[in-house]
Amino acid sequence: MSELDAAIQTFVQEADELLAEMELALLGLEDNPDDSESINSVFRAMHTIKGSSGLFGFDSIVAFAHEAETVLDQVRRGQRVIDGTLISTLLNCKDHTSKLIEHCLTEAEQELSQELKLTGESLIKQLGGATTKQESMPVEADSKRGSSETSETEGDTNGNDWVILLEFGPDALRNGMDPLSFIRYLKTLGDIVDILTSAPDLPIGEAMDPESCYLHFKIVFRGNTDKQGIESVFEFAEDDCEIRIIPPHSQIEHYLSLLAEPSDEDDAQVERLGEMLINIGALTPKEVAKALQRQSEDKAESPEQAKPIGEILVEQQSAEQPVVEQALKKQQSVKQKIAAEANYIRVDSEKLGKLINLVGELVISGAAMRMMVDRHGLSDVEEVAVSMNDLVSEIRDTALELRMVAIGETFSRFRRVVRDVSNELNKQIELKITGGETELDKTVVEKINDPLTHLIRNSLDHGIEMPEQRRAAGKPEQGTVHLNAYHDSGHIVIQIADDGAGLNDEKIRTKAIANGLITADQVLTKQEVFDLIFEAGLSTKDEASNLSGRGVGMDVVRRNIEALRGSVSLDSEPGQGTTVTINLPLTLAIIDGFMVEAEQECYIIPLSMVEECVEMSPEECEFDEIQHYVNLRGEVMPYLRLGDYFNNRKQHSNIHRESMVVVRFGQTKVGFVVDKLHGEHQTVIKPLGKVFEQLKGISGATVLGSGDVALILDVQGLVQFATRDKSRASIGLAG
Amino acid sequence: MAIQVSEKNGITIIAIQDDMTIYTASEQKARLSKYLHSGRELQINLAGVSEMDSAGLQLLLWLKQEASRHAIKLSLVRHSQAVVEVLELLNLTGHFGDPVVISANWNAA
Repeated sequence: MSELDAAIQTFVQEADELLAEMELALLGLEDNPDDSESINSVFRAMHTIKGSSGLFGFDSIVAFAHEAETVLDQVRRGQRVIDGTLISTLLNCKDHTSKLIEHCLTEAEQELSQELKLTGESLIKQLGGATTKQESMPVEADSKRGSSETSETEGDTNGNDWVILLEFGPDALRNGMDPLSFIRYLKTLGDIVDILTSAPDLPIGEAMDPESCYLHFKIVFRGNTDKQGIESVFEFAEDDCEIRIIPPHSQIEHYLSLLAEPSDEDDAQVERLGEMLINIGALTPKEVAKALQRQSEDKAESPEQAKPIGEILVEQQSAEQPVVEQALKKQQSVKQKIAAEANYIRVDSEKLGKLINLVGELVISGAAMRMMVDRHGLSDVEEVAVSMNDLVSEIRDTALELRMVAIGETFSRFRRVVRDVSNELNKQIELKITGGETELDKTVVEKINDPLTHLIRNSLDHGIEMPEQRRAAGKPEQGTVHLNAYHDSGHIVIQIADDGAGLNDEKIRTKAIANGLITADQVLTKQEVFDLIFEAGLSTKDEASNLSGRGVGMDVVRRNIEALRGSVSLDSEPGQGTTVTINLPLTLAIIDGFMVEAEQECYIIPLSMVEECVEMSPEECEFDEIQHYVNLRGEVMPYLRLGDYFNNRKQHSNIHRESMVVVRFGQTKVGFVVDKLHGEHQTVIKPLGKVFEQLKGISGATVLGSGDVALILDVQGLVQFATRDKSRASIGLAG
Repeated sequence: MAIQVSEKNGITIIAIQDDMTIYTASEQKARLSKYLHSGRELQINLAGVSEMDSAGLQLLLWLKQEASRHAIKLSLVRHSQAVVEVLELLNLTGHFGDPVVISANWNAA
């Protein structure tokens, strides 16, 4: 029984992934309806789900998926055009399928609910209804379009004749290539059945340069040779000549049959398309190299428009459409097979968590051992201890990496949200995603999803204006929401930017005063006003829509993000748009720390935030003891005495030498004044209990090798404390 | 001299007494292009062409094109074996449309 459960779990997971893939592909098709890869991926999703549902006897899913699959198959074969309506229907089908799966899991014994049944029927009708409407006419045109380009050349290719197209470049003659000699050589390999010489680009009048070459040849050749053999004839000319070799029909069939043969079962691996075609002789390595070069050139020009390699090959007439298609199909099937085998191991995340905990303990005992070695001065153990320490930190990094996932997947889920919401609100909104490859801890990714959704909905609902308003404001009708992620000093930064109306800080102020968050005579900086957004009970939208704007939310967003030891800030320019920036730590478990001591207490500062350490000497920096500013080599920054801050020490004695650690958070630098610097320390973060949740300036604790506890500083909070305190003070002085 | 020009019945007869190759193409073009503007019918005698390569062939193609552009008649006469071989190889005899007389003295191709 439990084995079956596990299998069902796998099925659900796989189906989820497939459906997510399908959704992405469908959204991609909206922009680019001819993308066969996407169509295939949609088809594959339905096909696989249908197959696996059958295994478990989920008949309702099978029946529904079958209908969708049939339609998708028609699309795939070019018998049906995919358009906006069909994509919408298919998106709904995707949703319906996931509902069906849920139903099969929870109440498999029961009948489908009336609602599900009705949705299913209406979707099937939408799918099928469209079929009959568009079946015959546009289809013909579309399916023929692809082949008409090649038909000209195909006409010449009767039976067993190769067609060779040569276009010599202008420098051929100057480089000592005589086209005639190549053709004479070709003649020795077989019969030239027909040859067409032309010079379509021969200049008119005096512009003709007698030493440039303008000749083009089209040769029908019959000979017992293969593509490689023919290409080698023109080997020396290849720099100065466009060579295309079109195989005879019989040869194409030969290629297809070669592709249809199953590859060696044992060492099945995904061959690249080019490799595959070279192996069967349909292409020569040079043709592939050329196509690849063109692809990379295209990519450099416009990354989005780079074509897949197969398309380029067909375009340069190196390979024939059917051969490429067959090869792609084969590649796909091998890929699937390999995916089905085991390239990935699914691991229970609990097991991973346990591993990380153990690594954490290992780090602590490693530190303890080091201390012992130091204390007893065991020089011969030293070396062993050092190498073990290195290994431990490597294990630590690898273990943490296991939990790192790219944020791209989370980001691309929002495509659907944006699409649906913009339809619902009648707005035109484009979602731009950058930095999707940025990695962060899986637990963080999971927890960031809700706040992100909320922020994006906010941008869609409040930020982007209606098309008419945008036009009136002189902006393009289509609004843009930009999701971006990048790494910055041990943090990941996620930005949600829109080019919408922006926030009106006066309005926020008025509202905040009305809600009693601030008093009317309070002087606030612009940033502080924007921070009010994150207070509970403040919404700037006059009417709440069903998406957002009921005054709950932003405070929850902030709470969620702060629970991840992150921070969120907002910047806005009226008329220009709003940018919300989220700062998150990369991981929640282990960090490289920098240990300092103040008043006999040890503190850990995340190493990634430490800029530099300086000795507190009057020569190097000037201190303003009243306003707590330090002038460090011309740079002015606030500073904080950790001893004062945590122990509330009023009187400080100048007996011992002090040091200052400069930390950076975002753009802000702050100095922490401490008594002693201990240096780098691998820090296992232990969360503090609920009792200490309210403590300011501390984000956690760690156990030192000696068994003592050191506090991990919440640098961000301290930086905010130090700067806010200062800006208040200066405003106070100014007023 | 590599090119001899004579007049007969209002037809300019140009006899090329040299190879037609990449090495001679520039010079030949310069000399031949003059006659394109004379407005008279041109006959090009190829009997003295002992070797022809792509550049030479191209020159002939160009002459033909220019002649028809200036609406003057241009014909190739007395093709040498080297010329015929190239025209045959590239299937261009028909393009120039001039009768080719095969001499009995030629070696079998």
